Amino acid sequence: MQRRKDKMTADLETLRKKSILYFENVYKEYDTKLVLDNVDFAVSAGELCSLVGPSGCGKSTLFRLIVGEERTTSGLILVEGHPVGFPDTTRGIVYQRYPLYPFLSVLDNVLLGRRLSNNIVARMRHKKEFEEEAMYYLEEVKLAQDKDKFSGELSGGMQQRVAIAQALIMKPKILLMDEPFSGLDQGVREHLQVFLLEIWEKFKLTILFVTHNLTEAVYLGTRILVLSQHYTDDRGPDVMRGAKIVGDYQLERKAASTAVKVTEEFNRLVQQIGHEGFDPLHLQHVKKFNLKHHDSFQTLTKEEDRG
Amino acid sequence: MVRTPRFWGIHADPGLRLNWMLGAIPFALMLLIYLTASHIKLAENPSYKLLPSPYKMALTVKELILYPNTFTGEYVLWNDTVKSLHRISLGIFWGAAVGLLLGLAMGVFRGCKGLLLPFVSFVGTVPALALLPILFIAFGVDELAKVVLIFLGIFPGIASNVYLKTSKIPPEHITKALTLGASELGVTFRIVLPQVMPSFLDTVRLSLGSAGLFLIAAEGIASDGGLAYRIFLAQRGNNMDVIIPYVMWITLIFIAVDCILRKFINWKYHWYAAEER
Repeated sequence: MQRRKDKMTADLETLRKKSILYFENVYKEYDTKLVLDNVDFAVSAGELCSLVGPSGCGKSTLFRLIVGEERTTSGLILVEGHPVGFPDTTRGIVYQRYPLYPFLSVLDNVLLGRRLSNNIVARMRHKKEFEEEAMYYLEEVKLAQDKDKFSGELSGGMQQRVAIAQALIMKPKILLMDEPFSGLDQGVREHLQVFLLEIWEKFKLTILFVTHNLTEAVYLGTRILVLSQHYTDDRGPDVMRGAKIVGDYQLERKAASTAVKVTEEFNRLVQQIGHEGFDPLHLQHVKKFNLKHHDSFQTLTKEEDRG
Repeated sequence: MVRTPRFWGIHADPGLRLNWMLGAIPFALMLLIYLTASHIKLAENPSYKLLPSPYKMALTVKELILYPNTFTGEYVLWNDTVKSLHRISLGIFWGAAVGLLLGLAMGVFRGCKGLLLPFVSFVGTVPALALLPILFIAFGVDELAKVVLIFLGIFPGIASNVYLKTSKIPPEHITKALTLGASELGVTFRIVLPQVMPSFLDTVRLSLGSAGLFLIAAEGIASDGGLAYRIFLAQRGNNMDVIIPYVMWITLIFIAVDCILRKFINWKYHWYAAEER
């Protein structure tokens, strides 16, 4: 028993070091509500990790913790092995709302990162380089010809593409995306999903993609984390529970065609995850969670697991 | 087939030309009434001073513009205008600058908000005109008291407006700027400031009215020159031929400044119109 525990500790130590993003024993509690309840997971570099969960499960809270807008009640969050701090250039963000700064043109929006992170002398000296770099990313997101437009003149899908270019120019270690395609029409959305896969592959990005849309999560992800408050454990019926990672799947890399969405295998997986994570009547025991991914781990308290 | 009425009723659509004409009617009426009254009164008594004829006013204005005052040697209208504009622009400049900085500080930094917001709101509630006697006692009856009055009168309003606008900026914008490498001051001056700038200028534009009010009150009570000073002086001799052109001149200046600012905002911040209005 003791040896198993030692091995576990050693494993976690390596995981802490090698993961780009690492959650261990994370609790987040607001005045009256426990939102995150002992959340554990680790994300390795290069993954396109989807995080799904029913609405109200705490996805946004978890997102804010990673971004550094809020702090945990207790627990450990590491970004590249360092405790998470205030928002900085290690993490890039693409939000669902307010993708662009309205007072800047498309080009200036993409340039913004280079401008904000350099002092005035460096900005003058590297003006040309920065602009070429920004144009390169704008070409990558296929918006070079719209560089002088303002956000009001762009469609929602175009705005999101600029927002991606804007984040990419800072070469973040991890790109955090919070429901980035949720407000968009189905067609635009599928187009952007394919586009994101291409960008992810080309730039070897690490992406955490938060969404409430299961199909989107399964289609995009090389891995799916399911956050949910619908589960049970040995703490008894009267305890207030928050959300945990209740499922962790590795998916194979697949061709970027949206046609896979209609295959039977795809649908079966979507349904399985939906059943495990989204069905309030289906309460899995913490010991039975489907945590198959090789980076997956679980630190249960004695109360949670009396067996 | 129903026809859209031109003027009457809820469905009316006057169209562009009629709209202009409609707008001109009250002005024409006012002018007509004045000219008639003036004509009748002057026919009765050619030295009647309260309703001067346009000709008389033109003569007076000409004198005020072209010939130096016999006692002081100054060109009166010009001199008054410079003095008044100097006071009001100093007051507005300081009021706007301090209001902007305070508003930004309160909107971006919550510690500053805790420190400043109650006080700024309090100062904003004090009726500035009631402070005028205090200001005269504290700063003397010269320029400083007038400038300070205008400053005190407008900065709280500008500060709270900038604060409100700033706090309405989505937190996503600020977080994202930080992930793009912005420092805290970088966020304040390069993300927040450009976004509140047009509405700040709009607020300054709307503060012109009250700034003018404070200026007129201060000049009317104690001054040695200035547009309002001249009006109050002329009132002692019932010199309507001075008062009416002066009031029109003041109005014209305000309309011009207002118009320029508005055009400037629309030209410089074209994204603002799309966002806000």
